[in-house]
Amino acid sequence: MYKIIQKEMLTPNICRMVVEAPRLAAAAKPGQFLIVRADEKGERIPLTISDFDVEKGTVTIVTQPIGASTQDIVAFEEGESFADVVGPLGNPSEFIEMSPEQLAASHFIFIAGGVGTAPVYPQAKWLHAHGAKVDVIIGAKTASLLIYKEEMAAVCDHLHLCTDDGSEGFHGMVTALLEKLVNDGNQYTQAVAIGPMIMMKFTTLTAKKLGLPIVVSLNTLMVDGTGMCGACRVTVAGKTRFACVEGPEFNGYDVDFDEAMRRQGQYRAEETEARENHVCRIGRGK
Amino acid sequence: MANKIGRVPVREQDPKVRATNFEEVCYGYNVEEAMLEATRCLHCKNPRCVGACPVGIQIPEFIAKVKDGDFAAAAAVIAEDSSLPAICGRVCPQETQCEGSCILGIKGESVAIGKLERFVADWTREQGQAPAASVAPSNGKKVAIIGSGPSGLACAADLAKLGYDVTIFEALHRPGGVLEYGIPEFRLPKDKVVAAEIEAVKALGVKIELDVIIGRTVTIDSLMDEEGFEAVFVGSGAGLPRFMGIPGENANGVFSANEFLTRNNLMKAFRPDYLTPIHAGRQCVVVGGGNVAMDAARTALRLGAETTIVYRRTEVELPARKEEVHHAHEEGVEFKMLTNPVEVLADEKGWVRAVKCIRMELGEPDASGRRSPIPVEGSEFEIPCDTVIMALGTSPNPLIARTTDGLETNRRGCLVADEHGATTRPGVFAGGDAVTGAATVILAMGAGRKAAAAIHEYLSEK
Repeated sequence: MYKIIQKEMLTPNICRMVVEAPRLAAAAKPGQFLIVRADEKGERIPLTISDFDVEKGTVTIVTQPIGASTQDIVAFEEGESFADVVGPLGNPSEFIEMSPEQLAASHFIFIAGGVGTAPVYPQAKWLHAHGAKVDVIIGAKTASLLIYKEEMAAVCDHLHLCTDDGSEGFHGMVTALLEKLVNDGNQYTQAVAIGPMIMMKFTTLTAKKLGLPIVVSLNTLMVDGTGMCGACRVTVAGKTRFACVEGPEFNGYDVDFDEAMRRQGQYRAEETEARENHVCRIGRGK
Repeated sequence: MANKIGRVPVREQDPKVRATNFEEVCYGYNVEEAMLEATRCLHCKNPRCVGACPVGIQIPEFIAKVKDGDFAAAAAVIAEDSSLPAICGRVCPQETQCEGSCILGIKGESVAIGKLERFVADWTREQGQAPAASVAPSNGKKVAIIGSGPSGLACAADLAKLGYDVTIFEALHRPGGVLEYGIPEFRLPKDKVVAAEIEAVKALGVKIELDVIIGRTVTIDSLMDEEGFEAVFVGSGAGLPRFMGIPGENANGVFSANEFLTRNNLMKAFRPDYLTPIHAGRQCVVVGGGNVAMDAARTALRLGAETTIVYRRTEVELPARKEEVHHAHEEGVEFKMLTNPVEVLADEKGWVRAVKCIRMELGEPDASGRRSPIPVEGSEFEIPCDTVIMALGTSPNPLIARTTDGLETNRRGCLVADEHGATTRPGVFAGGDAVTGAATVILAMGAGRKAAAAIHEYLSEK
């Protein structure tokens, strides 16, 4: 179970894997996530689902190593198997409940940041296939870190690229590009931002200024991912919510991003220690 | 005539030593101790202990076998009613059940039924003499069990013995539910005890499919309509952790007991070779008075934190097992009773620096007869700390009810089930914490067994 069928590096640091998980693939919907535990001693790591294939019984995950456990995940090779892949977790995106008329009348603008581009793909793909108008902004620090350009171009009406250093596409942050697109006369009905918490915070502020409704997908800390631990709690519209069972998507206007960012760093000291002392066990006979 | 000796004491790890490790606290009886303790049983004609056991173990009968030194026979007596004796011998609240109703306990000390049960289970397992249960020939009928905790395992074991084709679906990566993620190693060893008893259930023919979340990966409807399961038992457990709703509760360093214990137990954060981090801090305050609060406090202590339990009533009202409270005291956990947090105070970086509490006093008894705690005005004070663990119980996870047609919940969100475990949807039964809210391992097992009988009746008539 959970065999890696295909592995490729999208950038020197970002890895895409197609993994066998038939029950999960059959149930997955846009907006949901999954949890991978690489091996017996690994953490349960929540990852977004960047594609799923019911017929082949596979899901696609895109991982950027940031801690010891994500380093272990990307160290796996084709043909090897993860200990666990569980999901789909969280609620599907609300738009899958929209009627064909509502979809035809809507114009989505996705704002994807870094590795957060991967989960935008199944959402854009679904909306595009169901008759909605879809534009996508992909932002990264520099051209070599932009991922999913061709894939995304195939499932949206307009793809906009931007880099902080101007090495490809628009020179500047995603927020500046979003503002420019709206000021150029694009009339979006809904924005969706997925990326680093800080990027979602500022994109929300920009959307608010532009009067544009925005949904964000929160990548909080989690242990079980099924509602049991409460590590993922976030304040939304003044109330404590569990991102795993009540999210991961929330109305961006309502999210207390500063608290969410602070809570995300809760184990940073322990993580730094683990990373510095970590000797990868993968491929060494475990 | 029964022996007039006192209760045989049980050997335990020295409190000072065990406060720094995760080895089991209690060593249990050896052969001589068990046989001696067994001589104390009066073999009452109408044994009150049996009636007080939620699964109805024939207690005097198994104790008689222990007295005779026939431990395998004792294990066979227990196995008729319980599939998890090594677990129950360790975690049942015996003082309010079997031992609490023992005649000897009226004037002196009750028979140490829990310790004897544990001895029988441990001895037979270690000697490879665990009883082989008789399994009826397969009847080909498929039953799905949701959750591999105590209720699910008990239900699965009974149904497998009756010849059903039983599959347990577990959301986590290890089977056992609360036995695995909740109760710590020092009270319930995972590999030696929990895994071994689950293996025994699997030996009856029960299949366990891990990493399947009912309501997400598959639904009860799809199990019944597409996968051919004729009945389903929902033993999905306690659910979402409760918080107090006081200011500052989302500060860094405030954890639910569920998170803290899951990191430590399921994810084995206490072991340096496992990657999951845990943050016990230097000074830890645990809020609550149940077994989970004791487990969290004693875990934090073992991870190096000075630990204080705050509880709004007095020590007499603590809902935890007496043995756990006693052990916590011995190990150096501080108890601040009649104390209730009103605010979590954070430093400039958003990390906990103290809990502001108010002193409480017990007022007049309420309708239930319990004296309710009342805050003493103006008595606020701060307890400095860098970690707070909330052990306040749980509220039901709505996922299964929300994704299953015709399954009703009550006002508190628990699944509605009758005394046999039948829910509002034909063919779907439920028991354990998902129905009652947070309770004990043995009550969940009792509910699982009742539901197994009801499922058997339902499918026999069908």
